[in-house]
Amino acid sequence: MQETIIKRAKELLADGTVNRVIGWKRGEFVYDITPAVFETAEEIDAEFVFDDFTQANVSKYLIKESRKEGKILAFLKPCDTYSFNQLVKEHRINRENVYVIGIPGGPKLDIEKIKAKGITGILDVKNENYTLKIKTLYGEETMPFYEAISGKCADCKSKKHVVYDELIGEDGDVLESNRFDMVEKLENMTAQERYDFWRGELSKCIRCNACRNVCPACTCENCVFDNPSSGVSNKAAADSFEENMFHIIRAFHVAGRCTDCGECSRVCPQNIPLHLLNRKFIKDINSLYGEYQAGADTTSKAPLNDYNTDDCEPSIVHERGVE
Amino acid sequence: MQVNENFEPVIVAFCCNWCSYAGADLSGTNRLNYPANVKIIRVPCSCRVNPMFILRAFQKGADGVILCGCHPGDCHYTSGNYFTRRRITLLYSMLDFLGIERNRTRLEWVSAAEGAKFAAVMNQFVADVKKLGPNRRLEDLRCRKQ
Amino acid sequence: MLKISADKLNDLFDAISAKQTLYIPVDREAGSAEYKKYESGMEMSRGLNTVRSAKDFFFPQTENLADFKMNGKNIEVIDIREESEDFVIFGVRACDARSFTILDKVFLAEPVDSYYKNRRDHGTVVTMACTRPAETCFCTTFGIDPTAPEGDAAVFSDGENYFFKANNEKGQAFIDSISDMLQDGDTEKLEKIQENTREIMKKLPLANLSTDSFGGERLMEHFSSEKWAELSESCLGCGTCTFVCPTCQCYDIRDFDTGNGIKRFRCWDSCMYSDFTKMAHGNSRNSQLERFRQRFMHKLVYFPANNNGEFGCVGCGRCLSKCPISMNIVKVMKALEVK
Repeated sequence: MQETIIKRAKELLADGTVNRVIGWKRGEFVYDITPAVFETAEEIDAEFVFDDFTQANVSKYLIKESRKEGKILAFLKPCDTYSFNQLVKEHRINRENVYVIGIPGGPKLDIEKIKAKGITGILDVKNENYTLKIKTLYGEETMPFYEAISGKCADCKSKKHVVYDELIGEDGDVLESNRFDMVEKLENMTAQERYDFWRGELSKCIRCNACRNVCPACTCENCVFDNPSSGVSNKAAADSFEENMFHIIRAFHVAGRCTDCGECSRVCPQNIPLHLLNRKFIKDINSLYGEYQAGADTTSKAPLNDYNTDDCEPSIVHERGVE
Repeated sequence: MQVNENFEPVIVAFCCNWCSYAGADLSGTNRLNYPANVKIIRVPCSCRVNPMFILRAFQKGADGVILCGCHPGDCHYTSGNYFTRRRITLLYSMLDFLGIERNRTRLEWVSAAEGAKFAAVMNQFVADVKKLGPNRRLEDLRCRKQ
Repeated sequence: MLKISADKLNDLFDAISAKQTLYIPVDREAGSAEYKKYESGMEMSRGLNTVRSAKDFFFPQTENLADFKMNGKNIEVIDIREESEDFVIFGVRACDARSFTILDKVFLAEPVDSYYKNRRDHGTVVTMACTRPAETCFCTTFGIDPTAPEGDAAVFSDGENYFFKANNEKGQAFIDSISDMLQDGDTEKLEKIQENTREIMKKLPLANLSTDSFGGERLMEHFSSEKWAELSESCLGCGTCTFVCPTCQCYDIRDFDTGNGIKRFRCWDSCMYSDFTKMAHGNSRNSQLERFRQRFMHKLVYFPANNNGEFGCVGCGRCLSKCPISMNIVKVMKALEVK
């Protein structure tokens, strides 16, 4: 797949369709891949990588890149196309300046899942018939491929590309996923259990803002939490309340716009399952206001920008589940 | 549940200027009783209330937050309260998801003519929050009164 | 050397924690560890290092500095400082132990930061020698020997026993306080393990990383490098690297209105944040390139320039494993290397 992608990127650069390519760049190890913009075929040959570890969603970078001179080529996995489409819908990305090639998605590997098995000193990871052969400083290790896949891929919602100018490989379908299972499990707990669960998770937060900054839906020029004149700016949670507030507002501000790409949980250095907050909103929207997938199209009205005169009352919260 | 009879909750009520605030006024002029625990904050429309306002009220010491606006269909700005309804439903649901007691938050539609309803709603809400006791799950310890 | 057998370790922890607060690294979920206050029965993590560094013990993420109260037209300033309790941090790795030396240079230089000093004076750092370095480790680049860590006292494991060695008076006092539980032991096996670890260190992927290209004298050369644009292009501007870093020491001071008084607190800040240098006149670092450059220039150029050539990095590798886009100090050093 990598060869096909590189070949196509070089062709489009050569014929002048685009003047830059956004993709992923090889790192020091097999897994530390960085999103990068390439301008020449030589750079692409030397550093472009597309493999089991290229998880990062590059669509947010296109906000800035699409406002530059000339057209940029972007390789988007199915989940990335939703984020891209949503940004186009919000007029954040200049669609005309991006040439989108849809490429196959995951499942991608998450190095943390491998390290969680106690495997350290990782020098190389090879996928042989869905068994990972891991070369380490302390000898060879193996583990099943599917035990090492990223959380966001385990709950994949769609293999379909919702936007592209060209496809490499086959297009897939929207999947029946179990992505709301954990939300449902939490909903069925008592309030005390839910409270304990979230305190346990959110108290780990170090307020690095990675979840916010990586989020393709979080695109405010100046976030309320960074703005000293907002009265609520804070750089660190000085109290558990501030941990709660940051995460409620972060998830709320993208409610109805979050495509469930899973980047927030992927980047969290403390492995907090932040996507569950976003999914709770998605699940509520789906059940209360009708099925809605952000990013699936560029014309529909977002659920929070819309209303029905016979919408349910907030008291519905009291009627559902246990307290 | 153990009820502390001496506990006097702090209640913040966001009231829309056109209906609920006038409703509160009417309940006053009609000499209807509602507890002094309720601190009213007047807003131009219920939809002015950002979810952050509600969280901040809890941070600064509220034990319960109630949002009042015009009845659906009667919004002074035609549709403001419809947006409020969706937004607040999701917010309250999220607070519930985080394990915050459901009875600490409420939304009621109170028109300018419903002075009696305003008083009844506030009496009920204060009683409900009293039962819950002080807000501990969504409080900022730094703000707790010494 | 004095030792305790591995199965008695928890008895030792119980004895230490009976006298003072003890913190040990424990596994949180598979593959990640954090420091926790020891409670009887807790298992020490065998993992390599904690996600958060040990700097929190001396320089916590947030801390209250003073309270203000309004009395009519007077403002009362309340000094909330209290003498810290004695505590022991057990199992600190060599890289984190060195980070305290770096933090000391900042906080214990005049004017001395009394908040930091208070905790530093009351804390005993007991380090643990490494035996299974990760691929992200590069402490040797900064002259750290992970088989002989610094700290007040050091602990070495040969798999069956833990050996204790004092590095200073405070460490000696710590060992004396537990000496009734220790006995003399033979270090032959331990020496083999240390030798083995040193061999592994030589084979680490980053073993040959060099600091030769950096230091105060190369300021303009690195500052004006054209490489920064490419290095910083995908930086998200988050603070992950800063907050997991054991040596990052920048902070912000803010006032919080509690409604019944003001709390002046400080919290970690990150030079990667857009409002880091925001002042009344505006912001002196407006692009992510400048902010990104600042972080690495500080560690590799400015800090050694002001501290006799000591670098502001200890090679713990946390930023390598935690950066959301995998851009880190190693990639920066390799890109800026002067051939």
